[in-house]
Amino acid sequence: MTIRIIPRLDIKGPNLVKGINLEGLRILGEPESFAREYYQQGADELLYLDAVASLYGRNSLTEFVKKTASAMFIPLTVGGGIRSLEDIRSVLLAGADKIALNTAALEDPQLIKSASETFGSSTVVLSLVAKQHDDGRYTAFTNNGRDDSGRDVFDWLEQAVELGAGEVLVTAMERDGTAKGYDLELIKKVNQRISNPVIACGGAGSVQDVLDVIKLTGVKAVSLASALHYPLANKRMETGNILQSGGEFKVIQDSLTRAQLKGMDLAELRTSLMAQDINVRPIDDSEPVQTDVLTDIREQVYA
Amino acid sequence: MHNKQKDVAIIDLGVGNLFSIERACQAVGLKAMITADTARIELADAVILPGVGAFANAMATLQQIDLIPVLNCLYENDRPILGICLGMQLLMEYSEEFGQHQGLGFINGTVKGLKREVDDDIPHIGWSPIFGDSNTDRWDKTLLNCFRNQTYQYFVHSYYVSPEQQNDILAYTCYSDFSFCAVIQKENITGCQFHPERSGNAGLGIYKQWALQYGLLS
Repeated sequence: MTIRIIPRLDIKGPNLVKGINLEGLRILGEPESFAREYYQQGADELLYLDAVASLYGRNSLTEFVKKTASAMFIPLTVGGGIRSLEDIRSVLLAGADKIALNTAALEDPQLIKSASETFGSSTVVLSLVAKQHDDGRYTAFTNNGRDDSGRDVFDWLEQAVELGAGEVLVTAMERDGTAKGYDLELIKKVNQRISNPVIACGGAGSVQDVLDVIKLTGVKAVSLASALHYPLANKRMETGNILQSGGEFKVIQDSLTRAQLKGMDLAELRTSLMAQDINVRPIDDSEPVQTDVLTDIREQVYA
Repeated sequence: MHNKQKDVAIIDLGVGNLFSIERACQAVGLKAMITADTARIELADAVILPGVGAFANAMATLQQIDLIPVLNCLYENDRPILGICLGMQLLMEYSEEFGQHQGLGFINGTVKGLKREVDDDIPHIGWSPIFGDSNTDRWDKTLLNCFRNQTYQYFVHSYYVSPEQQNDILAYTCYSDFSFCAVIQKENITGCQFHPERSGNAGLGIYKQWALQYGLLS
């Protein structure tokens, strides 16, 4: 099995945004074009988070999910403001494969149980946003990093998995958006604690960061946001593709200047991982179909 | 002379990303509709049986919406049936998931838990390669027609099928050093443990070749 590389798109209304430590959201462009680019570059899955869902008390990504799910044939996970079985159902009906629960699950853990019984365990991802305190303890944060639930991350983790969560997405709040690397201690502990798959998130800035988290914690799935978005937004500005990116020139330029992040593109990441003997899904090699049939598919899918 | 365009019924058991199966069918030129209507399913030229969640629940749902007699009828009348993930498992005789539960019995064998065989994360979630046995001609004119050995498909499951007849196994996959069945095929019955509609171009190729095998494309 290969390592899964999962770009994370934080979406606010019509925009792809990115914050630092989950705040100070900056606009990077039009999310659909980023999603499409990652799909074409070989992303193994995609993760969409509604960045302001907790403000409105609901997830408002269904339109965006519908739009992108129809042309991208890889697994899609959606989170942010999902609070009930009805919410889950609408997101899945829009084209998502999995949903991520955080705030609503902490407020009512039974939601995990009923969601996994209704939709299957593999459909339910626990989104764990963790922050470390001075005494070394990690607690779980809700409402997109605004409130401390007070719950010990590892106890909560075990409870959630017992209730039926299929996978755990763990985000280190203090690393997110900083490009300072993943929180290896946190991720290693989470991975050791449960036998379900863990997706590491928060802090990737360089290829080395991804290598480190894979080699030193044992995770088999990694999520990245800033490290991919900023270089792509930058590339688009340089090639004059501002209109395609959909963002406002000045806003993007400001965001990029402040971020000072080098990052990587997916192709570069995949090649580097392969060079380090890490099992990565081969892309160009995986076209098994006769050329004319594939062209057919490409024309229909990428039209 | 123009023949009526063939259509495929995607069985709606109320769970799973049926939308992506429908889109994948459309992308390869297959006319498909999502339905739980027994009459429409009975009239379809081919049927896709998807599934997510627990074996027993899915069988109970099939029972509840009166689909088992219809599926039996389609099976006996050589109508192509494609089971995906749990849908493939339902085609077997029995499953050991949470007790012993009876399946449709179109393929001899049982469904077993990966947990016993694998010392790694469960569920098996991610991209794994599928491969054949030494007889490389076996894939000709099947849904794996033209596929290179070891192409990657997307898996998400905790149980696997164990067919009684080796001949019913068309492809294998491997997870944590344990090899098991990834594709079953016997006459009109086909099953994929992975999700071809979530496996990028490699998965779309599966739908295309399955459609070509059974003459479902105009």
